[in-house]
Amino acid sequence: MNEHELRHLISEVKAGKLSRRGFIQTMVGLGLTAPLASQMLAYSGVAQAQAKSAYKPTKRGGGGTLKCLWWQGATLLNPHFAVGTKDQEGSRIFYEPLAGWDGEGNLVPILAAEVPSLANGGLSKDGMSVTWRLKKNVQWHDGKPFTADDAVFNWEFASDPATASVSIGSYKDVKVEKVDSHTVKVVFQKPTPYWADAFVGTRGMLIPKHLFEGFSGAKSRDAPTNLKPIGTGPYKFVDFKPGDMVRGAINTAYHEPNRPYFDAIEMKGGGDAVSAARAVLQTGEFDYAWNMQVEDEILLRLEDSGKGRATITPGANIEHIQVNRTDPWTEVDGERSSAKTKHPLLSDTAVQRALAMLVDRASVEKQIYGRTGVATGNFLNNPPRFTSKNTKWEFNVDKASQVLEAAGWKKGSDGIRVKDGKKLKLVFQTSVNAPRQKTQAIIKQACQRAGIDVELKSITASVYFSSDVANPDTYTKFYTDLQMYTTTMTQPDPALFMNQFTSWEIANKENKWQGRNISRWRNDEYDKLYKASEGELDPVKRAAMFIKMNDMVIENTVVIPVVYRPRVSAASNKLMAPLSGWDNDFWLLKDWYREA
Amino acid sequence: MSRYLLRRLLLVVPSVIGISIVLFTVLALAPGDPFEELATNPAIPPEVRANLRTQFGLDDPIHLRYLRWFGSMAQGDWGFSFASRIDVDKLILQRIPVTLFVIGSSQVLALLIALPVGVFAATRPYSIFDQIANTLAFIGFSLPTFFTGILLILLFSIHLDWLPFVYRADISATGWRWYWEHLRQAIMPVTVLGLFQAASWTRFVRSSVLDVIRLDYVTTARSKGLAEQVVVVKHVVRNALIPVVTLVALQLPAVFGGAIITEQIFRVPGIGSLLISAILANDTPVIMAVTFVLAILVILFNLLADLIYGWLDPRVSYR
Repeated sequence: MNEHELRHLISEVKAGKLSRRGFIQTMVGLGLTAPLASQMLAYSGVAQAQAKSAYKPTKRGGGGTLKCLWWQGATLLNPHFAVGTKDQEGSRIFYEPLAGWDGEGNLVPILAAEVPSLANGGLSKDGMSVTWRLKKNVQWHDGKPFTADDAVFNWEFASDPATASVSIGSYKDVKVEKVDSHTVKVVFQKPTPYWADAFVGTRGMLIPKHLFEGFSGAKSRDAPTNLKPIGTGPYKFVDFKPGDMVRGAINTAYHEPNRPYFDAIEMKGGGDAVSAARAVLQTGEFDYAWNMQVEDEILLRLEDSGKGRATITPGANIEHIQVNRTDPWTEVDGERSSAKTKHPLLSDTAVQRALAMLVDRASVEKQIYGRTGVATGNFLNNPPRFTSKNTKWEFNVDKASQVLEAAGWKKGSDGIRVKDGKKLKLVFQTSVNAPRQKTQAIIKQACQRAGIDVELKSITASVYFSSDVANPDTYTKFYTDLQMYTTTMTQPDPALFMNQFTSWEIANKENKWQGRNISRWRNDEYDKLYKASEGELDPVKRAAMFIKMNDMVIENTVVIPVVYRPRVSAASNKLMAPLSGWDNDFWLLKDWYREA
Repeated sequence: MSRYLLRRLLLVVPSVIGISIVLFTVLALAPGDPFEELATNPAIPPEVRANLRTQFGLDDPIHLRYLRWFGSMAQGDWGFSFASRIDVDKLILQRIPVTLFVIGSSQVLALLIALPVGVFAATRPYSIFDQIANTLAFIGFSLPTFFTGILLILLFSIHLDWLPFVYRADISATGWRWYWEHLRQAIMPVTVLGLFQAASWTRFVRSSVLDVIRLDYVTTARSKGLAEQVVVVKHVVRNALIPVVTLVALQLPAVFGGAIITEQIFRVPGIGSLLISAILANDTPVIMAVTFVLAILVILFNLLADLIYGWLDPRVSYR
């Protein structure tokens, strides 16, 4: 699908012939993200539908306690220092950003009065600035008013390198100016298509200026408010035991009427995912449990008790197999898988194409992941408006054998194909994880039938996913021929996701293997396309570029996507909790309620 | 005796220093780093992680870090957790009440079971009661705690729905309801641990009583016409319990260390789970503080056990 076809679809939406949701779903099918699809429509003048709120209660409070289980307990409560989503969620109970992302990729204003757009003057035509109008009459939990000064302070706090905040990526390249007491302007250094980064979503939570003022830079981690948060959120802080329990009580001065529903909230940490699923789905002791990394057949059995349900929220995390372009078995200048080498077997396009046909995604989805993994042929899967319709996946052992045979790979006496004295033997690594080992076994079987000998290797997760420079088994080192893991898309915009294939991100010894291009693929056309997308303001053109980038990655078999992993949580049947795959689970905590 | 005590106390200091050096070196050499989650997040530039490491002094050579840690420990500053920036002593104090309650009660329960059962079984050796007690004891310490824990959860929480299986340290109830709720959620972890401990202690009490009951003075007491009950309680048990007391005293530091597996299964926020999560997060100050306290407790309780033994049994003398 090219730009012309995209524009045609958009005009259909404008004319009312295609629903907004239908458009977004089509885009997801092409491999794009829902927020980008939503932006495409907004840019072309299709007004964002005012999402009808499903919130029913007519008064504040009276709902009892909301009990949540986070099997990785929160260890700190400052959003700018959050390590991992557990800390972001703990902070999200008390702090709020200007806007959040809903499940379909639309921006929902929380502390902002409205979403900036071209129509209301919030977005500048040249893409160099965004003006946010803040809600009036918002108070911090200690009664002080929330003003533009707080927003500006958050920018200073996060962008200061001495603070070492984890949100620095969203704030260091922008400048935030105060326009008046309830308006701020975010100024970019160059035209920025993805303007909804600062102050939005997981990295946009705002901390109070009057409590953190004296603690900037290196002293920031000493602030007492780090452990006793004062925010604008629906719940006030009561107690915090790191790794164990976060407790909040209702904020009676909350800036929206009739909210929140619950009188108190408890976020208990520790234990494992399966027992957490039991506590929600079987015994009903808890109302909500996060991140159910549990096999689907267990979830289905637990749901039979009738007390709860597993919620599946589409995101863009993709379980995929990386095909090493470099040679992991030759050492050059003290590093293996060096970009200076070429893989002797996997550089052959016939081998690449054959491998792509040897992954039985349908079985992996049906037998192993169930609802928690959806077979896909695309690397970029969500939101709908970004997903490519141009790629197809198939599982065909015979065809793979034919392709290899035709390229000169003849089967030897032991059933393994040989060409020019090189045996088709590959080493395939992944982390220790039951579904992954089962997937590896399925793939190995198919490869064996086609004449490829695959040796399986599994490494314990805490080592595989670490960044230890001395350890040869980390995923960034990629010292084997194939590897498989899930790459998460932490932002709704594909830019930070697709830079995993640019040549300047190649992981090597120099950058301590922290580069994001782990397959070490190098393609000038891709680089050009990526650079162009960084400055392209027209979301439609940009979406077309991302679709093309996805197609290039798939056609060149740089990676073989297996299943895309939606977010799974467990919720009690009576709990109404709007969830989003683009933001924290608690992104709309104010709207959670229990049906009578 | 006092010379012995003095000598042992003086030995505590070099032992503790030696233990702390070994611990610190092992932790420093182990792979992993408290901020590695930051390294895998694409949105965080590597300078953030580098900054944090210098802020917390993680890049300095090992001996400097050790001396810094030892110096501040000596002054009473136990440092702060890398993960949550909370003072380590506060963190440990938060968890001590729960640990003492759950693990402490399980040891008390174990004693309450092991003593009467062991003594009774020994006074009637090879009877039906003795055989049943022995079999149950073997089963008890062969079954690991994660198995019995899950079994109890399946039975009492899921099937019968009588007891909650997620332990909550702060229950917002008052009066006797608070005690009742606490009891309900503590029964399962306490039973799991208590029965496991009771199994091995029953066997020990039984064999210790059997040793004493054969001795001549017991026969003398019986032939003098004392009631069997008096013979057992006043003469046999008091002597048989000497090695048992020593054993219990040596086991007491384990109360502080918590029971890691049971805490994981029941989500009890005790010191054991603190230690495990600190190890997994490479949170060196917390690991050092907890293991250091554990080491000191082990040494002190060892000394205590030796002293008690000497006091209870006049046959033992110290040089």
